[in-house]
Amino acid sequence: MDRATVEAKMTDLLVDELGLDRGKITMGAKFEEDLEVDSLGVVELLMALEDTFGVSIPDEEAESITTVGQAVDVVMEKLAG
Amino acid sequence: MAGRVALVTGGSRGIGRAIAERLAADGCRVAVNYHTRRDAADEVVAGIRSRGGEAIAVGGDVGDVEAVAAMFAAIETALGPVEILVNNAGITADDLLLRMKPEAWEAVIRTNLDSAYLCTRAAVRGMLKAKWGRVISITSVAGISGNPGQANYAAAKAGLIGLTKSVAKEVGSRGITVNAVAPGFVATDMTEALGDSVREAALPAIALGRFGTPPEIAAAVGYLASDDAAYVTGHVLVVDGGLSF
Repeated sequence: MDRATVEAKMTDLLVDELGLDRGKITMGAKFEEDLEVDSLGVVELLMALEDTFGVSIPDEEAESITTVGQAVDVVMEKLAG
Repeated sequence: MAGRVALVTGGSRGIGRAIAERLAADGCRVAVNYHTRRDAADEVVAGIRSRGGEAIAVGGDVGDVEAVAAMFAAIETALGPVEILVNNAGITADDLLLRMKPEAWEAVIRTNLDSAYLCTRAAVRGMLKAKWGRVISITSVAGISGNPGQANYAAAKAGLIGLTKSVAKEVGSRGITVNAVAPGFVATDMTEALGDSVREAALPAIALGRFGTPPEIAAAVGYLASDDAAYVTGHVLVVDGGLSF
């Protein structure tokens, strides 16, 4: 799966699962500060990513994710195996 | 509550058994957890089925991380994700503090409190996806007022109240309520072990003048699990016949 596909799926998840405004989502956007996603929302997103992409994101790595782009990075990394 | 999947830990005997039977009567599909008493859990399941309900028995030590993960996976396969969790599993190992051995402390904290942390964490994951859930922990009046000889049990039960209130705040915005039920003296094997003299001595302190029955505790759980209790969260519902007010 290429990066553009992951980015597009990520954007869909943010809109569908967390109810975010599609227009506000950029790869540099910070979940808590820019997108007003609470800490539990970030956890929910990661759970949805695990289900959507069939990857496993350990808690230690999850804690370092603060932007949309970083979440894409982690998914890409896991998909690459 | 028709068709909701409920898990009752320690559901083979005493209050847990009555809760499993109550939730099944209310239309839930019930997973009856047991640790050692497979025969008792099978009997509860058979009783529920004979009344037209749906239930399965699931073994597992709820104080153990891996056993809890395996149990939730088994329930999800058989019934679907847990929507109503009742943290009921509990033991006592009473002694005066000065005589209480570390093993007695640890065993009681593990089975009564670690279990609720592990099961709640496992259940909330699915509840978040469903944006609906009920977590109900069986605490005790001992966890509110303390009880001589039960420092370990009271600490674990008080811990359940802190867990309940914290998680209620964490997940309230997602349609999940988290509450506790605090029984006083209830006629079960656990209080039978107290002996006649201790039980007789307890009666004058109870406004209603008698011990409660397991179905009376289960009724409170049934209410908190229902849609009628949708606006109740972080609450400790005391069901003690007027022992502690």
